Amino acid sequence: MFINNSRSKLRWLVAYYAGLSIWLITTAMHIPDGYLSPVTCLIMFLLVLPFWIIGLRRIRETMNARSVPLIALMASFSFIIMMFNVPLPGGTTGHAVGAALAAILLGPEVATIAVSIALLIQALFFGDGGILAFGANCFNMAVVIPYVSYYIYRAFYKSSPTSSSRRVIGAAVGGWVGVTVAAFLAGVEFGIQPLLYKAADGSPLYAPYPLSVSIPAMVIPHMLVASVVEGLLTALVVAYLFRTNPSVLETDQKPALAAEVGGFQRLRWLWVGLGVLIVASPLGLLAPGTAWGEWGAEELASFGLKSVPAGLEKLSTLWGAPLADYDLPALGNANLGYILSAIVGIAITALVVWLFTLLLTSRSSVQKQSS
Amino acid sequence: MNTILQPKHSHKRSNVLEHSLHGIANALERSLFAEEISRKPGLFQSLDARVKILSVLALLIGVNLSRSIAVIIGIYLLTLILALFSSIPADFFIKRVWLTLPFFTGLIVLPALFITPGPALLHLPLGMAITRTGLITVLFLLLRVSTSVSLTLLLILTTPWNLVLSALSVLHISDIFILILGMTYRYIYLLLHTANDMFLSRKSRIVGHLDPAENRRMLAAISGTLLSKSLNMSSEVYLAMQSRGFRGKIVTLKPFRMHLHDWLWLFVFLSIALAAILFGRSF
Repeated sequence: MFINNSRSKLRWLVAYYAGLSIWLITTAMHIPDGYLSPVTCLIMFLLVLPFWIIGLRRIRETMNARSVPLIALMASFSFIIMMFNVPLPGGTTGHAVGAALAAILLGPEVATIAVSIALLIQALFFGDGGILAFGANCFNMAVVIPYVSYYIYRAFYKSSPTSSSRRVIGAAVGGWVGVTVAAFLAGVEFGIQPLLYKAADGSPLYAPYPLSVSIPAMVIPHMLVASVVEGLLTALVVAYLFRTNPSVLETDQKPALAAEVGGFQRLRWLWVGLGVLIVASPLGLLAPGTAWGEWGAEELASFGLKSVPAGLEKLSTLWGAPLADYDLPALGNANLGYILSAIVGIAITALVVWLFTLLLTSRSSVQKQSS
Repeated sequence: MNTILQPKHSHKRSNVLEHSLHGIANALERSLFAEEISRKPGLFQSLDARVKILSVLALLIGVNLSRSIAVIIGIYLLTLILALFSSIPADFFIKRVWLTLPFFTGLIVLPALFITPGPALLHLPLGMAITRTGLITVLFLLLRVSTSVSLTLLLILTTPWNLVLSALSVLHISDIFILILGMTYRYIYLLLHTANDMFLSRKSRIVGHLDPAENRRMLAAISGTLLSKSLNMSSEVYLAMQSRGFRGKIVTLKPFRMHLHDWLWLFVFLSIALAAILFGRSF
């Protein structure tokens, strides 16, 4: 029957999930505790930490003490916006996150802090979003949405800064894309749980749906409802502000911004090069044999070693690496596994290096300012 | 004149106003209730806020790392008992947890009962079956979610908000962050009241209905006005802070002292969390 066919099973599941989400209108993507393993939660905390540091430093460097009440007010505003029910053409309503709006008004770095604060209050006080999952929620909603929507908004009006319609359209598109990308990432975070965390009998320990289900189930309802709500609300408020109080829209322009953009331009080719290397990494799979010295127990035996040292035997099974042999068997494609390993490896390395640099260089200024 | 305006589809058309007002009223009511409970005498209320935050964090990690359903149920029962001893009404606690998030979680993972491959427990018509592995998966997720929510709720209901914020400093969160958090919390209430007034004043001037486009315009105007008020307010607050001596250096009062009582309970909770993590794991 139709349920026995696994492909139609998945399709039925996606339709169920999508319909359910739209009905629940809980299309704001706060992830509760229990859906993500604590290891995933920790990784997401580490990923969002640099953005928090950047945001706080930005506040200290370019804004003065005036910013403390400003950010508090922006965070409260974002929190309240999350309560407003925006009517969509067609009869449904939905909630916006307000992160795109915060980014347009404050710049993405500071918006990260403002939205993170709103999310913390929601998580602690209203139980909307878990505490362990706070890092993941902040990454999705306080980092991805502001940065993506901000740069799309700027791209739209850069060529004609005085045109209001371009700004409004840019705000709408930015909001829509930002929330959709965030939903995609949340889908990925859900989808990798059953791949990596299984009980002894194979049953998933955390979120139970694989990538093929979780990604469409997250992206489609958001694309159709939540992203539209965010884009709509952002565009409407930007249009209103342009009519009544346009100076508010200039607060994100700072002298420091120009230098920052220049920095990214200079490094742009580095990033492109890195991207090319990541994509071309499966070429490494073509080279035969193992690197010298990186032999496991089986390779040693194949060299003719009569008995493998006891210590090697015991320790070789001590660490069950999540991406063993640079592959994720569940993906079913060795090349994809290799690319994923490359991305993960580079990200983690870059992150650790960056964190250490930040901690070591900013220690004196942090101590001076946060006493 | 016997024509009284009978609202057709009024529920849908004035949805925005009603819904927003309802949401705001709910938020205000919830917070008042929480403040009441944190003032009553009880077990959790008597603990140092830092101990509570660390214990709840440890138990959360324990619940989420545990591989044994029995352990998770045990911790949930422990949370219930702690709530009872902390003057939290049992029916309120149970309803507030189970009727919100876990209910939706249950709906979301319901299909996993049928599609997770494994030995069938119960055969249903149309060739579907509830599998054993599906049941275990759903139980794990549901129990983890509800226990996590219960733990967080226990923490929040028994601790005044300003103490929660100050206690976050034990996690080495920067003072500027904590200050902003505290101010945000206060301004949320101010803005809630302002938004409430704006919605009410709009509603009291409407005879008939607004179509969706009108609703959107109104919402945009209210949001935009709220934003402008927020920005103006922030300048005024800054001036007020400056005139009282604020120069950018942040000092927060942390009125905490640990007693033997606090150390004992911290030890108990950390041990339980550790046991939860280790139980059922093979080494």
